[in-house]
This record gives sequence, structure tokens and C-alpha cells, in this order.
Amino acid sequence: MNRRIKLYIFIIGVILITFGPARCWAEYDVIDITKPFLRKIPLAVPLFKNVSETAEEKQLSETAADFLSDTLEFTGYFKILDRGSFLFDPERSGVTMSTINFQNWTVVGAELLVTGFYEAEGDRISVELRLFDTFKARRVIGKKYTGSKTNQRSIILRFCGDVINYLTGNRGVFGSKIAFVSNGSGNKEIYTCAFDGYDPRRLTNNNAITLFPAWSTDGKWMAFTSYKAGNPDLYIRNLGQGQETKFSKQGINITPAWAPGKFELAATLSFSGDQEIYLLTGAGKIIKRLTNSRGIDVTPSWSPDGKQFAFVSNRSGSAQVYIKDLASGKVRRLTYEGRKNTQPSWSPRGDKIAYTSEVSGGHDIYVIGIDGQDPVQLTYESRDNEAASWSPDGSLIAFSSSRDGPSRIYVMTAYGTDQRRLLVLAGEQTNPKWSTNHLNN
Amino acid sequence: MQKKLWLMIALLLVIPGLLFMVGCQKKAVTQAKAPAPASAPAPAPAPGQAPAKAPTPVTPSGPSGMIMAEDIFYDFDRSLLTPAAQDNLMRKAAWLRANPKATVTIEGHADERGTNEYNLALGDRRADSAKAFLVDLGIAASSLTTISYGEERPVCTQQNEECWAKNRRAHFVVN
Repeated sequence: MNRRIKLYIFIIGVILITFGPARCWAEYDVIDITKPFLRKIPLAVPLFKNVSETAEEKQLSETAADFLSDTLEFTGYFKILDRGSFLFDPERSGVTMSTINFQNWTVVGAELLVTGFYEAEGDRISVELRLFDTFKARRVIGKKYTGSKTNQRSIILRFCGDVINYLTGNRGVFGSKIAFVSNGSGNKEIYTCAFDGYDPRRLTNNNAITLFPAWSTDGKWMAFTSYKAGNPDLYIRNLGQGQETKFSKQGINITPAWAPGKFELAATLSFSGDQEIYLLTGAGKIIKRLTNSRGIDVTPSWSPDGKQFAFVSNRSGSAQVYIKDLASGKVRRLTYEGRKNTQPSWSPRGDKIAYTSEVSGGHDIYVIGIDGQDPVQLTYESRDNEAASWSPDGSLIAFSSSRDGPSRIYVMTAYGTDQRRLLVLAGEQTNPKWSTNHLNN
Repeated sequence: MQKKLWLMIALLLVIPGLLFMVGCQKKAVTQAKAPAPASAPAPAPAPGQAPAKAPTPVTPSGPSGMIMAEDIFYDFDRSLLTPAAQDNLMRKAAWLRANPKATVTIEGHADERGTNEYNLALGDRRADSAKAFLVDLGIAASSLTTISYGEERPVCTQQNEECWAKNRRAHFVVN
């Protein structure tokens, strides 16, 4: 099998080399973000060339290459080529422009190549990373990083950010985090982890139901709902200092959503006797009421420019997604298909809204244009697929799924491809919320 | 123009309703004339309601555990009170009138279907509808507080209608 694939790749490679590779391939300087996952870019990441002597350091250089592969694969843009097919020996072959035989890479199908040069001395590491366009036979990125061994992850992530920036024009997701709810401690509490599920940490210790994490745009504040004082109240926490402001009124105080770039948030309050969406300051003072309709209005999600927000209302009799324009005050219904549509999440690119639709036997995630056209189903798994949250670059969607029994956090591309579980943690996980991309980057 | 339309629709809905009510009353009269009526016929339990307890006469001084401990149940995605729930709340009101110092927390709950934000709002409306009904029956609003738990505290965790029906409830805690 493997041999046949290799032969196939070899034949294609020969044909391509013969008939002018420079003309037709690798013309992307920017990935077409409207359909980037249909054809993944074949990427080769050979083991990094290690110039240190000890076995431990050799091990580190291997794990660094693997981590770089995994991180780029996570984006959904790349097909990582199997190292077994490479006509390359990291111990002997070169990793710099002048020493690379690019035909060895185009033959195995690689359009992009990342090489690494890894040196360690004591606690210090020095890593040189390069991205090559194999068909154009040119170096695209070359960077040298030094730091302590504990910086290895952030070094690789920074380089991956450079690679994605080169291909897409933005730095991707590698500096972002995901907040979510987990009941592993016996109560639902809020946790955070890196974009790829790394380093999950418990953020709240409320020993009470805690729900609906919401990051501020600058990543410095987290709003959420907790029952720790008995009632479902809002809390606004300064993540750096740990101080919290409590907002409590009779009824529910839920579903906070920070206005983009502002120290203000929308939230659902019911002290008036009706569930309505309000605008609050980050200090917990009501600025104004944003919705006005008898019945449930809940779950605001802002457009990236902060001029509109999507929300859920049952004003038509069943829960559907609506959009309110703040300047005109006009409200329009967005979703018409499906019995109940909830949990809207406005894409950071502004053109789409993901939401949860009730289907027979559970829920599935859909994406719809903000003009209400062309709802597309992204999940088809059994039971519940809920609570979509876009990555900061709009390329990925985190969501919760109970496809394997207990609810877990999953990630997929914005087109529903490459669905995978994000992390392994005790208990059930729900309510993922992706942060913006500046944290620790 | 639109107001008139609504009025027409409202009338269209109300008039058949009135006719229906009249029909019901007639039936009740004929039943009452029937020989050997046991007593007032017990209201038929609504589908999904817990098995009706033996119709114990409300003893106002009795233990609060009896009537107050009974949950009331709601239809799927609705916060309107069913006839069975209204009947139950009337009996709760009787107990509350006899125990004016009691304060009660009304918990609104939802089944696990639907997403949890919406279900928290739904539970809120359910608790509110129960409270409003008791206030209409003369119970002091100040003695009643509400809290929604949405789908967070199910009493039954299987995934079937019988279980979901048990979770769509208002629960009453006498403080």
C-alpha cells in the first residue's frame, strides 16, 4: 500500500517536474481563505538537525519537530507528509538554502518544507527555523530563536505564527486560549487551556454551578455566571489580579458577551420580570436595555465591529436567532429553518454566524450568512453538538459534543472538516469560548 | 389597522373558547345530577404529571411536607401552567394562606433538551409563572422568591420522555 502511494507520488512528481512546476504550482502567497481546506498544502517537516551531543537533546529536537508538525496540522491548512517517505537524512543533509536539494522534496510531494537546526547548551537552546517553498526553490522565512528549554513551546508557536502570517496574512490562533466549563471537580467550574488543549487549568473555585465564560477583547477580563452566592449572578474578573465585580439582580444574570474592543458587555437579565438583553459597563453598571420584546431574549453575540449583535428570541413562538442593529434599532430574524436555533456566534470575519440547531435526537452546528442565506450543517454526529465558538482568525470552530457519550470539547475547521477532540479531562466539558490571539504571543 | 386585526384574531380565539367552557359546565351539571356522586371528581392528571397523590384534604395546619413538596410540571418548551399545575398551586395557596409566615423559594427547571442558556431563561419563566399565579390567589409576593436552575439540576437523568417530563418542573422549598 505504502509502496504504491510512494510510487504514485513519485510519478506525479516526475510529471510535474517535467512539465514546468514553476508555472502552475505554489502560486499562493496567500491562502484562499474562502476555501482553504479543500486542498491541503503538502508540508514536510523533517526531524530537526541536532548539533548537540547528548541523547536528551536529541530527544528534544525530535519533540520540537513533532510539535511544529502537530501545530501546523492543527490549523487544517496542511497535510503533513510522512517522514518515512523522505529522501532526506537529517544527520547528513543540509538544512540551509544552499545545501537543500529541492527536487528531493518536490518528488515526495512537498510544496512547503520546514527545516530546523537545534542546539542546546545547559538550559539554553538555540533554534533556527526555516520555511522553504520547494517548487520555487526559495527560502520564505528564516528565524533564529534562543531561550531556555522551557521556552521551546513558545519558540515553535512563534515560528508557526510567522508561517501562517506568510500564508494567510494574519497570525492565526497560536496565541489564543480556550475557556470552557468542566464538572470534573463535582461542580461546573470554568477552566482555560491553550488553543490546542495544552495546559488546562481551573480558573474558578466557586464550588457552585459556574457557566458562560466570556473573554474581553484584550484578554484581561473574564465574565461568567455563577451560583456561588445562591442566585445565578454575573461576575467580572480581572484575570491578572483575580479581583471580581459581582452583578446581582433578582432573576437570571447570564450569558455575558464583551463588546469588541470595549470595557462593556451585553448580558441577559430578568429583574424586570422578562428576560431581556442589557448593555453593562465592565464595572457592572447598567448602561441601557438593548432588547424589548415580551418573552425570552438571551445569548447576545457581537458583530466584529460592535454595531450589531445576534441573539436568541422566542418572540415568534420558538427559539430563533435574530440580529439587532444598534444604530437603527431594527431587529431582523436570521434563521427560519429548524425547530429551535440557539447559541449564535458571530464570526470574527463578520460574514457568518454559527449556531446550534435542534434536530431529531439532539443538536447540530450550522453556519449561516449574515444575510440569512444558505444555512450549512457542519456536524452530523449523533447526540448533541453545541456551543460553537470561532477562533480569533475565523478559521476554526470550537464546540462541545457528546458523540462519544460524555460531553467533550472539539475543534473543526470553519467548513466542518477535521473534527477532533481538543483535550482529555475528567468529567464533562461544555461551553467553549475562544479568546483573541494576543495572549502570550 | 393592525390593532383591529389582532382584536379579530383574539375574538376568533376567545369565542370558541367560551363556547367550549359553556359545554363543559353543562356536562358538570349532568354529572352532578347523576346518582351517588362520590364527591367532586378529581381532576384528570395531565400527561407527564407525577402520579396523583391520594386527594388528601388540605389541612392548613398540617406539615408543609405534603402539598408544598409536590412539584408542578410543564409542557415542553412552555412556561404556561397546565390545568393540573393550576390545581396544585391552588392547594399550595391554601396552605400558604394558613401559614402566612412561611416564605417559599420557587425553583424553575428545564429538561436537558435545548441549550443551557435558553433553558435557564425558560426555568426563570416557569418559576415566575408559578409565582404570579400564587400572587393572583392572594399570596404576598414578598413571601415568594424565584430562582432558575435551567437544565442544571435534573431529578431524572435518563434520556426519555418520561424522564424529561419529570425535569420540566417547578420545585417549592419552604424556608
